[in-house]
Amino acid sequence: MLPAAAIAWKYVLAGTPEDSPNYTKTDHWWSMLIDIPKCIGCGNCVRACAAENDVPDGHFRTWVERYHVTDYHLANPEVISPDGGKEGFPAVPKSAGGEEGFSAAPEDAGKYFFVPKLCNHCEDSPCTQVCPVGATFVTPDGVVLVDQTYCLGCAYCVQACPYGCRYIHPEKKVADKCTLCYHRITKGLTTACCEACPTGTRQLVDLKDPNDPIHTFLKTHSVQVLKPQMATGAKVFYNELDGSVR
Amino acid sequence: MSLSKDAGHLFRFAYLFVIAFAVFLVIRHFVVPKTFGQYGHYRGAAIAEIAARPMHFAGHQKCELCHSDIAEAKKAGKHENVSCEACHGPLANHADDPSIQPTKIDTTVLCIRCHADSAAKPGVFPQIDPVQHSGGVPCETCHQPHNGL
Repeated sequence: MLPAAAIAWKYVLAGTPEDSPNYTKTDHWWSMLIDIPKCIGCGNCVRACAAENDVPDGHFRTWVERYHVTDYHLANPEVISPDGGKEGFPAVPKSAGGEEGFSAAPEDAGKYFFVPKLCNHCEDSPCTQVCPVGATFVTPDGVVLVDQTYCLGCAYCVQACPYGCRYIHPEKKVADKCTLCYHRITKGLTTACCEACPTGTRQLVDLKDPNDPIHTFLKTHSVQVLKPQMATGAKVFYNELDGSVR
Repeated sequence: MSLSKDAGHLFRFAYLFVIAFAVFLVIRHFVVPKTFGQYGHYRGAAIAEIAARPMHFAGHQKCELCHSDIAEAKKAGKHENVSCEACHGPLANHADDPSIQPTKIDTTVLCIRCHADSAAKPGVFPQIDPVQHSGGVPCETCHQPHNGL
């Protein structure tokens, strides 16, 4: 393994210093912001993720759930996620006589909202703690990854994840999960799901970048993470998360 | 002399342990990957391997290098912040080799995915009843998707 300066020098000698890999892991701490009031449940993110990462059918690195809460009993919301929301969601009829273009649910029908989910890239993740061989880990830039050449496929991590974000790949027989598009974010691009989201619901966030808009957003909005009581250090932030979401 | 004579069985055992430990170290040297422990209790080289995976979405910045006219047109309408591949799909292969042409979009399917009427969607999002609104006529007959009019 060459030191970074030696690698850069090769590019300088070749006359193309701008192509030198200048990504420093410790300069970043990646996470994501999900703005729930913006999500329309189109499923673009689920399809984009499957296309970008060759996710097998019936398994999901990201998916969208639709919640329907009808009364005070927040513990029993109606949650649907047909095929992970890949092809969108069945329409809910709007109240009669509503103005076309801006629909609203009938007043007594309760509230509906969409919750996109993905790996929370926890700082203190339960999945990496249970791995018996060191095949899954948190990178120095805060992304939870799986070394698929090292994974045994024991599925301890699949059980350990409180968010259900992992699965055993049906062909590779090893653990698979969201990589936060590590192959994209290390090259200055955003994730496939963020790229494909038409409403800006999803935003890739770099918590170590002082110019990232997340810092203002967190100070001015009501932001929550999933299952804070699990103390996993989840880093996917949800704006205006409803109490019924688990 | 009596020590080595009396404790000989201990030394024989100690030699055995030293040899076994040496064999363990040799096997470990060949079995444990070189970069294991570089950053933590995992194979450090795995990070670079995952970072080298192929991309399918080129990213709107790359699209706009050639299609700057479309980027300019989008600024006029509500689709300004909708990135190219949100509708056109993953086109990294087209960005690398422009002779690969993307397939034509069926607007009767694509537009409806976002804009079909549903009370579950946020009320501020523009929605239409596909049957009443156009009766199956493709959306681009009347609308300009790039500036959202």
